[in-house]
Amino acid sequence: MTTKLPPLVLHLLAALGCLVLLVLLTLVTDPFTNLRIATVGYYLIAVAGLALLTGFNGQVSLGHGAFMFIGAYTVALLVKRVPAFPIWADLLLAVLAGGLAGLLAGAAAARLHGPYLAGATLALAVGLPAVTQRFPDLFAGSNGLSFTVNSQPAGLVGVVPPTRWQSWIVWLSVLLALVVLANLARGRLGRTLRAVRDDEVAASLAGVHVGRTKILAFLVSSACGGLAGGLQAFLLGTAAPGSFTPALSLSLLAALVLGGLGSLWGALWGAIALVYFQVWTDDFAELLSLRSDIADNLPLALYGVVLIVTVLAFPAGIQGGVRKLWVRVRRPAPSQRGES
Amino acid sequence: MTITSHEKLLEVDGVTVRFGGLVALHDVGLSIRPGTVVGVIGPNGAGKTTLFNVVCGFLRPDEGELRWKGRPLRKHRPDQLAGLGIARTLQGLGLFGGLTVLENVMTGAGRLARTGALASLLGTGRAARDERELRARSEDVLAELDIAHVADLLPGALPYGVRKRVALARALVAEPELLLLDEPASGLSTAEMDELATRITSLSEKTAVVLVEHHMDLVMRVCDEVVVLDFGEVIATGPPDVVRVDPAVADAYLGTAPEEQPSA
Repeated sequence: MTTKLPPLVLHLLAALGCLVLLVLLTLVTDPFTNLRIATVGYYLIAVAGLALLTGFNGQVSLGHGAFMFIGAYTVALLVKRVPAFPIWADLLLAVLAGGLAGLLAGAAAARLHGPYLAGATLALAVGLPAVTQRFPDLFAGSNGLSFTVNSQPAGLVGVVPPTRWQSWIVWLSVLLALVVLANLARGRLGRTLRAVRDDEVAASLAGVHVGRTKILAFLVSSACGGLAGGLQAFLLGTAAPGSFTPALSLSLLAALVLGGLGSLWGALWGAIALVYFQVWTDDFAELLSLRSDIADNLPLALYGVVLIVTVLAFPAGIQGGVRKLWVRVRRPAPSQRGES
Repeated sequence: MTITSHEKLLEVDGVTVRFGGLVALHDVGLSIRPGTVVGVIGPNGAGKTTLFNVVCGFLRPDEGELRWKGRPLRKHRPDQLAGLGIARTLQGLGLFGGLTVLENVMTGAGRLARTGALASLLGTGRAARDERELRARSEDVLAELDIAHVADLLPGALPYGVRKRVALARALVAEPELLLLDEPASGLSTAEMDELATRITSLSEKTAVVLVEHHMDLVMRVCDEVVVLDFGEVIATGPPDVVRVDPAVADAYLGTAPEEQPSA
């Protein structure tokens, strides 16, 4: 905190550094890995949004997949119906659509606590994708919408493989959104969110409008969900209800708990775990040449085991463990801190 | 009561609060002048905390009116108090367990911030400057209360007396004109209570103080004026020496060995 640079500049510089590293990473890996790296990206922003809502503000959402659903269908419909829009405009509108839905959900949620809130958000995750069946003409039912996005500038076609280009777009969007989240987490607003989580009465006496704060958390968080869904649709070229099951919402929350509730770093570990755990356990199942009905369920079972073990060993998630390690590395001898 | 409003900070006028059939406060009136320390005492269930809750906007009075600097205070919400210049500590402390001591105090300083939510989201230079100022001011208040050394710790790890000081720091950092203290002495040792008495007296140079308290020693020592509640009604008002010898008060309260009663 000794630096005089505003958080915006610091976080933008950090984001730029990350983007350069990621671009380099995609250059030395195959298209399949590029796709996975991009997948980590959009899961990261979904989980980071949830970290803000659940970790910082204490509002448990079991329905964040619903906001991804909204983002994905916003992009899909825009690409199909309004092809004149550039992809960045589609993604921006996906963010707005997610945010708007979150504003409505948040206004209702501000009156609910604990299990009631969790139940209401779960209902959202269960109910919303069913809209596609109700309006099959618009949403193409359970098949979903398929489309192709030509986002690549003409000069780069054939030079950069499409998947690589898409992974750059995904990470550029994700990092920009993370800059906003990092500003928020580090500034007064982040502190206010946590204060409301810890004690609403005391927060209001400190001058915090509790209801407004909770709605704001929902708004920002669901806007991130909208972006995540929009990026997923952009990356895969489809938006189908089957991608946005309640299981998705639950796995986002599980990823957050696994990664660590208290910080945005936790979202990164959670998103990596979410994507790569599936990959590794699939490989593992293949290695053991298990029957397919066992192999298919192995990732889920192992994920559960890892989640339980992690929470037992590091109640603050992977990031909690990392922080403990970091403290030990930085200050080998336990000593009292003499604060100013 | 004739009122010349400009010299009164807070006026409570004829306030009645009913919970169903129970009358928690009945026609309660009191006024607080700048720079004074007013003690509200009374047996448990007399309506002391209810009175605080009415002032803070947690409860709406069924009858009567509140005035802040002569202007009526109607339908105000608790989160507007800080902006008016009223701060309150809670009986249960209500510290933010997941925030460090410094962050707890900085949260209380929110009304001094000059940049809004958008600047915070964007992380602008002005928002950063704002944060530095809030931090510096909060550190000052912590130092004033001799708890600067715990700034980076979580409140849960601290002894009760220190936590009470953190709660006080959080209320003081907003530089209130009126400070409402809900049982500031409960759970303190005799030495800590002595220190509290000195502190309240020195605070009254900057802010008016209203305290709800069970400890008669403290009340008699620091208060300029004492308001005695019993069954929701004001049964006596006046300087400590006068109230102390009031037969109605002795009957209602002083005769009942208040120290032995657990706080509600």
